[in-house]
Amino acid sequence: MYPTKYHKAASIDDAVAALGAGEEALVLAGGQTLLATMKQHLASPSDLVDIRAIDGMSGVSTDGDMLVIGAATTHAEVAGSADVQRLCPALAGLARGIGDPAVRHVGTIGGSIANNDPAADYPAGLLALGATVVTSKRQIGADDFFQGLFTTALDDDEVITSVRIPAASRAGYAKFRQPASLFALVGVFAAQGAGGTRVAVTGAGEDGVFRHVGLEAALGADWSAAAAGGVGVASEGLLADIHASAEYRANLIGVMAKRAVEAS
Amino acid sequence: MTNVSMTVNGKAVSREVPDETLLSEFLREHLRLTGTHVGCDTSQCGACVVHVNGKAVKSCSTLAASLDGSQVTTIEGLANGGLHPMQQAFTENHGLQCGFCTPGMIMTSVDMVNRYKADGKELTAQAIRGELAGNICRCTGYHNIVKAVEDAAAKM
Amino acid sequence: MSTGIGARVQRKEDKRYITGKGKYTDDVRNESQAYAAFVRSPHAHANVNGIDTSAAMAMDGVIDVLNGQQLTGDGIGNIICGWAITSKDGSPMNMGAWSALATSKVRYVGDAVAVVIAETQALARIAAEAVEVDYEVLPAVAASDKALAGGAALIHDNAPGNLIYDWEIGDGAATDAALAGAAHVTELAVTNNRLSPNAMEPRAAVATFDECDDHYTLYTTSQNPHVARLVLSAFYQVAPENKLRVIAPDVGGGFGSKIFIYPEEITCLWASMKTNRSVKWTSDRSEAFITDAHGRDHITTAKMGFDAAGKIVGFKVDTIANFGAYMSLFSSSVPTYLYATLLSGQYNIENIHCNVRAAYTNTVPVDAYRGAGRPEACFLVERMMETAAREMGKDPTDLRRANFVQEFPHQTPVIMAYDAGDFGANLDQAMAAADVAGFAARKAESAGRGKLRGLGYSSYIEACGIAPSAAVGSLGAGVGLWESAEVRVNPVGTIEVLTGSHSHGQGHETTFAQIVAERFDLPLENVSIVHGDTDKVQFGMGTYGSRSGAVGMSAIVKAMDKVEAKVRKIAAHVLEASEDDIVIEGGQVKVAGTDKAMGWHEVGLSAYTAHNLPPDMEPGLKEGAFYDPANFTFPAGTYICEVEVDPETGVTDIVQFTASDDFGTIINPNIVEGQVHGGIAQGIGQAMLEQVVYDDDAQLVTGSYMDYAMPRASDVPSFSVHHASTTCPNNPLGMKGCGEAGAIGSPPAVINAITDAIGSNDLAMPATPQAVWNAIQAAK
Repeated sequence: MYPTKYHKAASIDDAVAALGAGEEALVLAGGQTLLATMKQHLASPSDLVDIRAIDGMSGVSTDGDMLVIGAATTHAEVAGSADVQRLCPALAGLARGIGDPAVRHVGTIGGSIANNDPAADYPAGLLALGATVVTSKRQIGADDFFQGLFTTALDDDEVITSVRIPAASRAGYAKFRQPASLFALVGVFAAQGAGGTRVAVTGAGEDGVFRHVGLEAALGADWSAAAAGGVGVASEGLLADIHASAEYRANLIGVMAKRAVEAS
Repeated sequence: MTNVSMTVNGKAVSREVPDETLLSEFLREHLRLTGTHVGCDTSQCGACVVHVNGKAVKSCSTLAASLDGSQVTTIEGLANGGLHPMQQAFTENHGLQCGFCTPGMIMTSVDMVNRYKADGKELTAQAIRGELAGNICRCTGYHNIVKAVEDAAAKM
Repeated sequence: MSTGIGARVQRKEDKRYITGKGKYTDDVRNESQAYAAFVRSPHAHANVNGIDTSAAMAMDGVIDVLNGQQLTGDGIGNIICGWAITSKDGSPMNMGAWSALATSKVRYVGDAVAVVIAETQALARIAAEAVEVDYEVLPAVAASDKALAGGAALIHDNAPGNLIYDWEIGDGAATDAALAGAAHVTELAVTNNRLSPNAMEPRAAVATFDECDDHYTLYTTSQNPHVARLVLSAFYQVAPENKLRVIAPDVGGGFGSKIFIYPEEITCLWASMKTNRSVKWTSDRSEAFITDAHGRDHITTAKMGFDAAGKIVGFKVDTIANFGAYMSLFSSSVPTYLYATLLSGQYNIENIHCNVRAAYTNTVPVDAYRGAGRPEACFLVERMMETAAREMGKDPTDLRRANFVQEFPHQTPVIMAYDAGDFGANLDQAMAAADVAGFAARKAESAGRGKLRGLGYSSYIEACGIAPSAAVGSLGAGVGLWESAEVRVNPVGTIEVLTGSHSHGQGHETTFAQIVAERFDLPLENVSIVHGDTDKVQFGMGTYGSRSGAVGMSAIVKAMDKVEAKVRKIAAHVLEASEDDIVIEGGQVKVAGTDKAMGWHEVGLSAYTAHNLPPDMEPGLKEGAFYDPANFTFPAGTYICEVEVDPETGVTDIVQFTASDDFGTIINPNIVEGQVHGGIAQGIGQAMLEQVVYDDDAQLVTGSYMDYAMPRASDVPSFSVHHASTTCPNNPLGMKGCGEAGAIGSPPAVINAITDAIGSNDLAMPATPQAVWNAIQAAK
């Protein structure tokens, strides 16, 4: 790794200040992606600003029927949270399926969505559930937050503090793992709630996580596996790589959508 | 450079290290606890798993500086004299061959059994295989590792 | 509890591994340790027009930056391939020059051009990125068939058309005639996918030069430290053998990849002399993917002819083998004498012909990986048998049985003389254990759930324990393939065995001790095994090719024979009895039928006090032996794989995997079964998950565990492993070897099962969910 300067931020203001002061400072949360990238010399931040010790950054709370998850809450904590299991068991299941147990003990929801890996799980969950990302300076709806491959609406000196997730009346997530990395080759999160019927797909889009209009329409009319299975999923705009062709991903979107509904 | 103080295997340690020092490097190079191994650089293989504050963590993907004040247990400190039931089960069930992945396998497995016991969940063979997603072994085909974990779970 | 032959003894070596006290090469750190990092080519093929090291040299903590011109200027020799193969036109193989650090041209992504020696590993790696190399990029080729086609980039000037050799075995005309007269001919095209061995311990080297004695010490991740020393000394001219100590301490798996002597070890030794510092290099996994020799990578077309009764009349095979950019140590033997000689399988085939063309490509060198040639042969033969049975409407087990070799010894048309076996017994045992009779009901039950169930067989044979040194020498091998042992009985009666075999997971410290403890009826803890250090152990050949039992243990038996003869003489002399009446048991050396006895330890003490030895007997009690095998050994067996396929996704679940093996004598069933489990998992990895992928520019696409899929616990089932054994008549313990069988026998069983399930035979390895789904769609 290239040398870097480690900061343990004591407050959000402290973190924002450190991000602004560093030449190329990055937020460190769980570091499960960032540190691997640094080891391979693909990233060499001048400063790492660790936000995990900031008061209130970790943990799950509720605001009425709204889940409020601190940015530095680990995947294991989300999976194990009684509130998440009660208000959105599909999200608990999503968290339980990320990576492996050791990764889940360290990796965080804030880190996952800030990185916006096109094969990560949380972006699909947040997009389908119509979540709101709360940062050091504003609130951003999931539809506006995720902006393409590894790209979000975040400014360089902006820190995610929490995620607000409205409870869904029905929700399910089904993932097909890429066998090497265990990331999603295709993951489909389908949800129905106050915001209507929303179906988000990760792992498959050329521009990262996206909502599937056809599946939303079909499931909006009839929340059933059969309805999901009846939607022809086109391969245009889908990723093709050594692990899967666009056609195979299109097939998996249909199958995973069915299974997500079955799991709801 | 930063000063890192933590408790490793029950002993207070303190070292001045570069900020970018990974926990695996801190253990292997600064404390010379070489039982923690590094088998990959992308966080898949799990040979480096140790316990931080009682939870399994990949030491190759964690900064030592961020763990100031933490309790760390490595394979060398797993047992208080003698062998931990998981270590015993690995040898009794021939759950290791070259031994390189073994420390991480054992640390992961102890964490796994602890979590299942705390949650009151049954640890089936299928569940063990799923829980080992972050640990790769090239020698054993996992057959005897799964047997070892089942065996130890009954004794822990 | 018995600890002798056949006992499930817990491993003696385990305690250090389960407590974190194992000592692997990267655990070695010398005083004032310096670290090496290599400057590697990002291009698959390029001329090197210049190297600017000034920026790297200027970094604080960089000790030196060394390049290939300096290396060759110091007389370090090129890396060689140690097995000479002659083309069918009589010409020698075209071996291109391979310098540990490239001098004027790089030939694959990862080819090293310089090395940075620095005070820390992190700094060495950063400085390596600061070395500026002026590359003139050349066209590159990754696929072997494209490399041999006209117009491909020329990789080595002395290998026109990128052809290394064009070799054949068997009678081509007779085979063609047999096929022409066949009632049925099955044609098959298969690729054997390229793999990366992936021992979990990455390779490492710690080299230390002692200028007072002109002496080098090398700790290295080697399966064969003596061969490493020989090659480093005799061919690479690093140092004379007596000035070079090679230690392979605990080694974290090998699977073939740690047989070879790589540029990194050579460079670290030389750099330790240049810098007068101990130099350490440890690969990370990404570096392993571009430096550890890959395995397999064959493209084959074949025809098998049958008569009307289903007897095989001829087998014709045409194979292209990808060798990568350079010829690695044993690369040439893999697709020839380790492959084509096994094409008879378990079957009585009168006519076989195989042609093999070996190609240079701009990829990582390819060499032996668990099975080495035999998995490629087995995959072809067993896919062929299954395909032919389907085409002819025969039961695949009936077709196999009709063609099994029944009488031994059996001479095949491709060199091998099978010495013993009962192929039908293994098939019977596997079928019973797999409950083949109940398969139809299970398939119906799966269908009820919308799933496709399939059953696949593989009746494999392989050749291990290679082999008479004179025989392999006549086939081109540059070394003999014997093994050595020394048995030292100490004055207190405890025993050390110095073996030329090397354990990197195989449990030799236990199994080797078992045969000694049994022979002299001593407690297991009284026997210690010493290996892996050229200063301690006499020259030995190391461990690969499933040879440690059949060859390495045979050498120990030969040495024990000599020890026993001397023990008898000493005891007979002391006890005033005839040597023929001496019995060794229960820790005593007795005179049969009398109460005269001395303790085993007293014999040892007598040998060393030498107060009362027979006239003319030398003091001491230690004997050595070199054992040269009389023949290859032939492990064989049948594997049955049962799968369930989800047609919606192509996901294949191995619901049952059954093995019946004939390994001859088994010393420790725990260890043998463990070898089978691990081998099958690697075979399943090849069949369903693993593949090294290069793109059209010969850039490696699968360069980490993010893209190269290793088998995980949930990818493989529990295994049902059984033994039906015949004794090998050609070595003293009757052993055949078990290290590679699982990896050899399993891939065709898996593919035969999946193709059976989906009703389409067109499926290549790895049969990923996408590949299976595509095959299902194509067959619709």
